[in-house]
Amino acid sequence: MTRYILRRLIAMPFLVLGIVTLAFLLTSVTKGDPLTAIVSDRQMNNPEIVAAAKAKWGLDRSLPERYVIYVGNLLTGDMGTSFITRRPVAQDVLYRLPATMELVMAAMVVGATIGISLGVLAAYFRNTVIDHAARVFALFGSSIPVFWLGLALLYVFSVQWGVLPGPGRLDARATPPPLVTGFMTIDTLLAGNLRLFLDAVWHLILPAFVLGWAVAGTISRLVRANMLEILSREFILTARAKGAGEFRVVIRHALRNTMVPTLTVIGYSFAYLLTGAVLTETIFSWPGMGSYAVDAARGLDFPAIIGVTIVGGVVFLVTNLLTDIAYVVANPRVRLG
Amino acid sequence: MSAHPPLFEVRDLRVAFGRNGFYSEAVRGVSLQVDHGEVLGIVGESGSGKSVGMLAALGLQPEGARVTGSVKFKGRELVGLPRRELRALRGARIAMIFQDPLSSLNPVMTVGAQIAEAVRLHNPDLSKRAALDRAKDLLALVTIPQPDRRLQQYPHEFSGGMRQRVMIAMAVANDPDLLIADEPTTALDVTVQAQIMEVLADLQARLKLGLILITHDLGVLAGHADRVAVVYAGQVVEQAGVDDLFARPGHPYTRGLIASIPDMTVEKDRLFSIDGTPPALGRLPEGCPFNPRCVVAQDICRRETPPVRHLPDHSAACHFAFSAPESAA
Ligand SMILES: Nc1ncnc2c1ncn2[C@@H]1O[C@H](COP(=O)(O)OP(=O)(O)OP(=O)(O)O)[C@@H](O)[C@H]1O
Ligand code: SF4
Ligand SMILES: [Mg+2]
Repeated sequence: MTRYILRRLIAMPFLVLGIVTLAFLLTSVTKGDPLTAIVSDRQMNNPEIVAAAKAKWGLDRSLPERYVIYVGNLLTGDMGTSFITRRPVAQDVLYRLPATMELVMAAMVVGATIGISLGVLAAYFRNTVIDHAARVFALFGSSIPVFWLGLALLYVFSVQWGVLPGPGRLDARATPPPLVTGFMTIDTLLAGNLRLFLDAVWHLILPAFVLGWAVAGTISRLVRANMLEILSREFILTARAKGAGEFRVVIRHALRNTMVPTLTVIGYSFAYLLTGAVLTETIFSWPGMGSYAVDAARGLDFPAIIGVTIVGGVVFLVTNLLTDIAYVVANPRVRLG
Repeated sequence: MSAHPPLFEVRDLRVAFGRNGFYSEAVRGVSLQVDHGEVLGIVGESGSGKSVGMLAALGLQPEGARVTGSVKFKGRELVGLPRRELRALRGARIAMIFQDPLSSLNPVMTVGAQIAEAVRLHNPDLSKRAALDRAKDLLALVTIPQPDRRLQQYPHEFSGGMRQRVMIAMAVANDPDLLIADEPTTALDVTVQAQIMEVLADLQARLKLGLILITHDLGVLAGHADRVAVVYAGQVVEQAGVDDLFARPGHPYTRGLIASIPDMTVEKDRLFSIDGTPPALGRLPEGCPFNPRCVVAQDICRRETPPVRHLPDHSAACHFAFSAPESAA
């Protein structure tokens, strides 16, 4: 098993380099002229200003040169400077990545909890009202566009009923805690401010639910199918013949046997959540990578676009690696084989 | 009549499966009895309702099955017993093992954890440590070498025979009164089959188990059963002491089964087998259910359901039981 993980780890740098190259090339072939983002329309007529801008951002060099410069800088942790925010991209990303990760992880917990519970219930009560209701609920979540769902839920729960807060990570009047991890729930706790922590959790509920509901359907369908298969296996009969109760049979014997594929689908749903986060963050004014990416794309902010793509790709690679490792660890056959 | 009720008494057990509101019986009025320490063999072809019947007796019938009749364990009625009370009996007083020892064990739990679970389900106050110690003793009881090491292994690390030993160890974990072994050796290699039968027979004698031994192979029962029930199409067609059954089989189906026992000592060109196949669920022929395959069938067999004919401690459901018809070859 260690050899397998080692092999995967060794492959990582090459995969990352691949992502960097791809991101760089894709951004370079787009038609938009990044100059329009840096130089105002009036100054466009001033060749001196244009030339200075080109020199500063390296836009006057050839593509291979820019690539070498970029990779060299990247190795020192420098992703260039954002055309829009005029701050180092690495700094922007460092600030925004935790916000996205907090949202995506919360959504994953929500999606996995709903998905697994629904899948188990639907399988155990197959072809009953419970099964059908679970299917409709899951279908709803995965077929309604995230932006529509987000706006609708915001309207109902925040505007109409006022039971959940509006957009943002904290109440607008609250003073944010000192930045430590960038995870609002953790930073508020580190600051020892329980009220602020609850406020952060409160703000997390709606966006996490909107995003999590979308993957709950996929997870519940997979769990249901696997549970049906496992529940028909003979060792389930053995468990019942031993005198085990239904709850133990379902959770300890059946569900545990579906954990490997379930973990896998949860891990791979991460990619979907990252994509979904873009829209969710826009709707909920969530200062994460998603809204940053949208701004960068709108403003043809090339350094920011490449930076976001690379970080997103690396996050994706790492979660897939973790998923694969979890798969190996959770499966005694693979672990020992 | 003895003062004690029999250990296990099945009366007119029926199990029916419904489709579109129409029910077909897979078990059609089975009556059996097992006394303390007695070995009852149940023999019959695939699909005759052996498994479904025994599972239903313990309330483990497949979903949607309708169970009627009476199943008494030490005089206590099990059919319709609340689930909690049935659960307290299962694995404690009545244990069951199945045909395929690989699929019968949970692949993601260690063997030790599975045996310890069986122990603790019925002794909730016992510590995990103590339950594992008991599991180790049980592995030793079914002669698995190095029980300490084996406890921590998963089912796929065991051979077929070893897995069935684990199943047996798990079944006797709480010192049951009755063990139902549903084709315990069918899935195993011939050489291993004999070893498993030996383990079972040894435990049966030592623990004074009532044992129901389900099998396709009447030959297995010759050395191991006290009494035998022959099942055909969901009914017991013959029941007798094992020696009596072999000496004086009353039903043509039983005679066919005896003739098809593989004989290790004599080289036969071809093994005898009964022609045809048993009726499909819900497609019983008119008259005797066995008549399309019976070599001595007469006109009456195709019209009238045969009565059960009796000798002392011996019964057979055939028009001509214990008195072959004139025209029989
Ligand atoms: N869940 C179910 N739904 C409908 N019919 C079933 C179901 N389970 C079993 N049956 C039917 O019940 C009949 C008896 O099956 P059973 O498994 O008891 O046979 P068996 O004697 O144990 O055979 P084998 O020797 O192959 O184990 C079969 O005809 C089968 O089709
Ligand atoms: S009743 Fe007739 S058909 Fe049935 S077993 Fe006896 S002889 Fe054969
Ligand atoms: Mg069977």
